[in-house]
Amino acid sequence: MEIKRPKIKSIPYEEFKDNDTLEAMIAQINKERTNVLLGKLDDLINWGRSNSLWSLTFATSCCGIEFMSVGAARYDFARFGFEVTRNSPRQADLIMCAGTITHKMAPVLKRLYDQMAEPKYVVAVGGCAISGGPFKDSYHVLNGIDKIIPVDVYIPGCPPRPEAILYGMMQLQRKVKIEKFLGGKNAHQNRKEIPDEPIIVTNYPTGEDKKE
Amino acid sequence: MTEMEVKFIELDEFRNAMQRERERGMDFLREIVGMDWGEEGLGAIYILENSNTRENTEIGVRTTEREKPQIPTVSDIWQVAELYEREVFDFFGIEFTGHHDLRRLFLRNDWVGHPLRKDYDASETLNPVRLESEPAEEFQREYDIQDDKEMAKIVEKLKILHYDQFIINIGPQHPATHGVLHFHLALEGEEVRKVDIRCGYIHRGIEKMCESRTYPQILPFCDRLDYLSAHQNRHAVCMCIEKALGLELTDRTQYIRTIMDELQRIDSHLLMYSCMAMDMGAITGFIYGFREREKILDIMEEVTGGRLIQNYYVIGGVQADITANFARKVKEYCNDQKMRIKEYYDLFVNNVIFRNRSIGVGVLTREDAISFGATGGTGRASGWACDVRKRYPYAMYDKVEFKEILHTDGDCYARLLVRLEEILESIHIIEQLIDNIPEGEYKVKTKPIIKLPEGRFSASVEGTRGEFGVFIESHGDKSPYRLKFRPTGLPLIAAAHKIMKRCKIADLITIGASLDYVIPDIDR
Repeated sequence: MEIKRPKIKSIPYEEFKDNDTLEAMIAQINKERTNVLLGKLDDLINWGRSNSLWSLTFATSCCGIEFMSVGAARYDFARFGFEVTRNSPRQADLIMCAGTITHKMAPVLKRLYDQMAEPKYVVAVGGCAISGGPFKDSYHVLNGIDKIIPVDVYIPGCPPRPEAILYGMMQLQRKVKIEKFLGGKNAHQNRKEIPDEPIIVTNYPTGEDKKE
Repeated sequence: MTEMEVKFIELDEFRNAMQRERERGMDFLREIVGMDWGEEGLGAIYILENSNTRENTEIGVRTTEREKPQIPTVSDIWQVAELYEREVFDFFGIEFTGHHDLRRLFLRNDWVGHPLRKDYDASETLNPVRLESEPAEEFQREYDIQDDKEMAKIVEKLKILHYDQFIINIGPQHPATHGVLHFHLALEGEEVRKVDIRCGYIHRGIEKMCESRTYPQILPFCDRLDYLSAHQNRHAVCMCIEKALGLELTDRTQYIRTIMDELQRIDSHLLMYSCMAMDMGAITGFIYGFREREKILDIMEEVTGGRLIQNYYVIGGVQADITANFARKVKEYCNDQKMRIKEYYDLFVNNVIFRNRSIGVGVLTREDAISFGATGGTGRASGWACDVRKRYPYAMYDKVEFKEILHTDGDCYARLLVRLEEILESIHIIEQLIDNIPEGEYKVKTKPIIKLPEGRFSASVEGTRGEFGVFIESHGDKSPYRLKFRPTGLPLIAAAHKIMKRCKIADLITIGASLDYVIPDIDR
């Protein structure tokens, strides 16, 4: 069975900025062949999954307030099936990591991620979660959550506008739509495994790019 | 209150001197600024104020000992000093003799070194990103005050929480803590016996980073401290630098800044109301509050280009002039908001369930509010007239007419009412200014490289949740030698400990919501 381009209701396929990642994923799955019957079943499951993505409320700083705005009256993410937020990682599909992650918070984030049930996704919201943002050369800030957990979607901004957060969530929806669990290889297996032992992260700039 | 005269006191005399200051009425300890003067040793500057006469003093103390620096504690004189001293201990490694619970406040227990010291070794091999939780500290450490000035030693080990009580953890990832705060509670039945508040989960080391930035580069950090009073925070820093430089601002700038500050205040109070409603289970209240908040954000966005974090004020003025629509939109908004506020009362504030859960719950007395330095709406709900706009008028606040909202109950209900009434008062201020914005430049020219003269400078503004202060010690360079923000939230957290004691566990959420703290502002 051939995997088709993912289609979501709100935005046509061509209008998305980043289609290359998805097309690479589709090509990969198509190369490995998918069983028609199970593939169709997968499609049905994915239709349900992608339209009910429940996120863990994990807001550490400014981006969390914008995330609240997305949930409130004007932007209302329930329109797109993001419906509710969950306060327990056991009930959530994804972590919206909205805000800076510090050295003290890093083990907590890792633990929350480990507590979530598969399939699970991570959305890094804002400059801090992506790379450390304005606090890049601080002694206590983790430079990007992808150093400790795998990230599916990055939403840049400081903080990102609610529209940007919605756009990022739609990107995640499209990714969920082409995943195969039954009739093909699980896309999650391609993920780089993150080592369990503590990793050392350089968080101070080297001599060259140090500010004067 | 810009240029500061610090009176230095010998170490032996220090405790007596501080007790004398307290006896002559200096009841408000505004902040303790830990300092590392390099060769001259480590020390601290205490900024005190008399809450009745508004008299200020700054007292400094220093010790040349670097290995094991020790300063007598003042935590029994001013209650807020307990947390402030833990902060200084964390950042500078100064041990406060007589302090009954000296632990790190922000950093992990196994952190190596004290980051704000000038000789701090920042290499990542000492402090790598660890993925295991920090070892829990079970004991308090108390350092004895000894007469012979020998090294004080740990005299007593007390368990922080007793394990015959029921221990629960709330946070760091919990929706009701409004961010990443960690309550470690000991319960007896449903009653809270002891609260150990652990913060630092969003400590980004902003004060240390400021020491390596130029003055204009510092400004973006201020927005990200307390993002719900981004304008006011920036106002304080700009004001401090402008006064140190002797810059005269145009009237237009002052008008714009005052209006923007007040819009930001309404924005933040609306969010406080919304979040309180949500915490109490009234989701409808949340939706209504956010509906009006979006309108303010629209106005902000049109003028500044940013929704939540605006980066609008710069040294010498503002980033861009207001737009032609600004006055009309603000007036439309103000008229609308005045009607909407009645809805909040009908929907949530006068609701019998909410009233039962908040009236008489979490009472903070006026004396405690002053001793804890709990400024802002929390202090005013307890009857302490602590509004910086009245105490030390800045910008246009001495030319507009407004009244300081005071309640005397000091409970959760009063704290919410103060905020809602302040929204109306802010609208009143805006309405006086919006039609009279004078023509002129919105920004005065500054030198391309800004260097502050040598000295110590401070400025404070009324942030949305209390007095936000800035302290700068300059050695004449283009970046500050030491920059300290007075967090508005840390005194509230200190007071929370006292308020929450003996309350029911269900009331914890109400109290937390009514104190209205913002965690990144506490942790910095």
